Amino acid sequence: MSWEVVIGLEVHVQVNSKTKAFCGCSTEFGTEPNTQTCPVCLGMPGQLPVLNMEAAKKTALTGLAINADINLESKFDRKNYFYPDLPKGYQITQFPLPLVENGYLDIPTKDGGEKRIGITRIHMEEDAGKSMHEGLDGVSHIDLNRSGVPLMEIVSEPDMRSADEAIAYLKQLHQLISFLDVSGANMEKGQFRCDANVSVHQPGTPFGTRAELKNLNSFRFIKQAIEYEVIRQIELIEDGGEVVQETRLYDSVKGESRSMRSKEEAHDYRYFPEPDLPPLRMSRDELEAIRAAMPELPGQLRKRFETEYGLSPYDADVLSQTRELASFFEALVAAHPADPKRCANWLANELLGRLKEKGMDISDSPVSSQRLAGLLERIADNTISGKIAKDVLDAMMEADDDADAIIEAKGLKQVSDSGAIDAIITEIMNANPDQVAGYRGGKDKLLGFFVGQVMKASKGKANPGMVNQRLQELLKG
Amino acid sequence: MSFTSLSKLKAQLDNGETTAKELATRYLDRIAAHNDELNAFVDIDPAHVLEQAEASDAYRSKHEARALEGLPIAVKDIFCTQDGPTQCCSNILKDFHAPYDAHVITRLKEAGAVLVGKTNMDEFAMGSSTETSAFGPCRNPWDTDRIPGGSSGGSAAAVAAALTPAALGTDTGGSIRQPASVCGITGLKPTYGRVSRRGIIAFASSLDQAGPMTRTVRDAAMITAAIAGHDPMDSTSVMNAPQVDWLGACDKTNMKGLKIGKPKEYFVDGMDIEVRTCIEKALEKCKELGAEIVDISLPHTESAVAAYYVIAPSEASANLSRYDAVRFGHRCDEPEDLLDMYTRSRDEGFGAEVKRRILTGAFALSSGYYDAYYIKAQQVRTLIRKDFLDAFEKVDVIATPTSPIAAFRIGEKTDDPLTMYLSDIFTIAVNLAGLPGLSQPCGFAHDLPVGLQWITPAWCEDRLLSAASAYETATDWSNKTPATFGGNTGGAK
Repeated sequence: MSWEVVIGLEVHVQVNSKTKAFCGCSTEFGTEPNTQTCPVCLGMPGQLPVLNMEAAKKTALTGLAINADINLESKFDRKNYFYPDLPKGYQITQFPLPLVENGYLDIPTKDGGEKRIGITRIHMEEDAGKSMHEGLDGVSHIDLNRSGVPLMEIVSEPDMRSADEAIAYLKQLHQLISFLDVSGANMEKGQFRCDANVSVHQPGTPFGTRAELKNLNSFRFIKQAIEYEVIRQIELIEDGGEVVQETRLYDSVKGESRSMRSKEEAHDYRYFPEPDLPPLRMSRDELEAIRAAMPELPGQLRKRFETEYGLSPYDADVLSQTRELASFFEALVAAHPADPKRCANWLANELLGRLKEKGMDISDSPVSSQRLAGLLERIADNTISGKIAKDVLDAMMEADDDADAIIEAKGLKQVSDSGAIDAIITEIMNANPDQVAGYRGGKDKLLGFFVGQVMKASKGKANPGMVNQRLQELLKG
Repeated sequence: MSFTSLSKLKAQLDNGETTAKELATRYLDRIAAHNDELNAFVDIDPAHVLEQAEASDAYRSKHEARALEGLPIAVKDIFCTQDGPTQCCSNILKDFHAPYDAHVITRLKEAGAVLVGKTNMDEFAMGSSTETSAFGPCRNPWDTDRIPGGSSGGSAAAVAAALTPAALGTDTGGSIRQPASVCGITGLKPTYGRVSRRGIIAFASSLDQAGPMTRTVRDAAMITAAIAGHDPMDSTSVMNAPQVDWLGACDKTNMKGLKIGKPKEYFVDGMDIEVRTCIEKALEKCKELGAEIVDISLPHTESAVAAYYVIAPSEASANLSRYDAVRFGHRCDEPEDLLDMYTRSRDEGFGAEVKRRILTGAFALSSGYYDAYYIKAQQVRTLIRKDFLDAFEKVDVIATPTSPIAAFRIGEKTDDPLTMYLSDIFTIAVNLAGLPGLSQPCGFAHDLPVGLQWITPAWCEDRLLSAASAYETATDWSNKTPATFGGNTGGAK
């Protein structure tokens, strides 16, 4: 039997507004528990929510970036359930009338094409606090710093047909969110969280019953969890069983999922309109202002890097992966405008490679764009060769000195004095009479041997272009 | 002299006849003498009251007096105050101290008022008789075997017996107007959105509104002027609400040209005949004052109570979820686990009426019933709003009885919640439509006070105050005070 997998994703993204969704508390991550709270986000009696328009505007911006409709009037609702980290006993969210509806993202497919994934809606809501049960001797602690942090929930259509497509969609979405600067989007910090609805069916028949997978906090786990779930469902059906509608929790350590609650145990959230908040109204002018302030998105950036700087499609793609990387590149080009391609090579291959080895991100780079440009200037003016430059960059990764200081201190300055180069060449020729004879007898390939020997003798400092030129002349005899 | 109006006390303070400290002492003495009998106050801190009064006198000696300088005002136990406990007369909030003042409390303090203490109320404002209070029932000064109305019964009784010259109440379905009516005082529910709800413990968010309970119409205007206004921390308090000349509106002494609507649905068979007679006579008086009485219809009145008892409990079921024993409030002893903590704490903390309404609300919102109950009730609400809009095409104000009956006996209706709910039959529609309403004394039925209710379009409180002032000036009902508590009128017994 052939099975088709059907996946829909719900992504919760923490909006990076300065203050919480409905009060003035800071949204800063990682501070002492319960230090960023006030009577509103603690759910104290008589306290009322006031909408943070910055969060609303960032949600609308995201909506515009996924080509969606922005509802100029949207409404807030209460979703009722009891949990100790939900202070009011209800979450303020948007149910029948969200801010954003009917968008899409085009994701790359394996054959190099594109596939359109529908996005049903994006609604605004507030995050809950955090419960901590581990290692507390049977007692639970609650941190309400996160209570009321603005979230947008991005709900896709069930348009994905494999775990790979799901990951491609999530990566595309993650990249977009980062570019829009609407969220820190750090998955480890819980700023970008994913629930997956997974079902299987035979093509041409109605969709199967779906299971909802929760607690997926890395791309790797999401892929594993979906793949595990697909196999579980197919085996279940092929053994004559039936998939039941349920919520399942994925255990990334054990690599398996377990049922959290069945459809019968599902909450009745008793949604109803939030009487403490009037409808969220956005004027066309406000919306146009948001649109006008939209930053360049990855696709646009990629094209511009190709046309404006003459980068290869590959380099343009690499350098437009994140907003930080793209800005680093543009700052580098601004500091070293003579050769954008050299900038691209050195950033994409040399600096990123070194950062990756150290497990670092471009934003943590010890070498700033200014310092890297300083190094590229020395290549351009022939002070050092590209090869030496790599050693200099290694040293720059470890120290705060700029390229010039390192070149000076280590005596790496390139030798471009033809007298000095000629002296080395003569020495090498004298030491290798057979090879000289061979070259003169027509073995042109031996030129490489001499270049290598000269460079080695000069400890790499000889100007390779001059070595080449002088060798050809002197070897002629 | 204790039955003096707030306006006259203000004049006495302004011309140096008395001091804030003297007033505070006088009313504290009356509270000490009579509160056991009435159970109108649930928290009093005499030392703190005197402190505030002394501070006010000191302020007056250095600065120009503020709008309510030195005037004692009591507040319902539903208003959060930094000083003293705020318990909403519920065991679940026993000994709860709010770390903040409600917006209206801040406004009263800024106006120089002296806060006297917390008054009794139905638990979480759910009731029409102040019998569901965790601190025991409050009694009506006109007949202490009878209820003072509710839910702001403590405020009403305290003002009627002159334990305070004025008080604040809240009104979700009539909780200011109905107790004012059955205690023979004046009560004003402003337009929804006129007064901030921040720091007022929520019952039904789309209906709750705070307002004054006073001896006279002018007193009500003075207090409303002080507490009204936009609060950026309450998104439902209206930013550019039409301004009202609160005190100027009270100078009116006639009703020339005023068209008063008399809705036939508010004069029905089965209502107390003596109550009806009082209202008919009041309308005759209005005619004498120059008004034209126009028969009107508010056709959906009949459905108002049903819609209210879906919408208010629905909102309440969510509003009361925060009392979960996690961060504050009552927690049961030795909970076995989370569920046990939730269920036992809430079971012990909430009274029967509150539980009934939480259940009703949760049921109305539950999947499969939501459309039939909540949505239908909201549709009725829209129709009721439209009834009033249509009526105000024809008339300037509407006059009705505030309550179909005078004060009933304590315990008389406690076993029959549905009959109890019907005592709000004439006040509920006003909340559903978000309109202002005022109740003022207009006579006696069975020797018990009867209230006349005025209703106007939203933001037209001035019209409400003018009509009520003219009526008050032409009659003597607001000067009637219960003899049992030192007043001038016989009382029931």
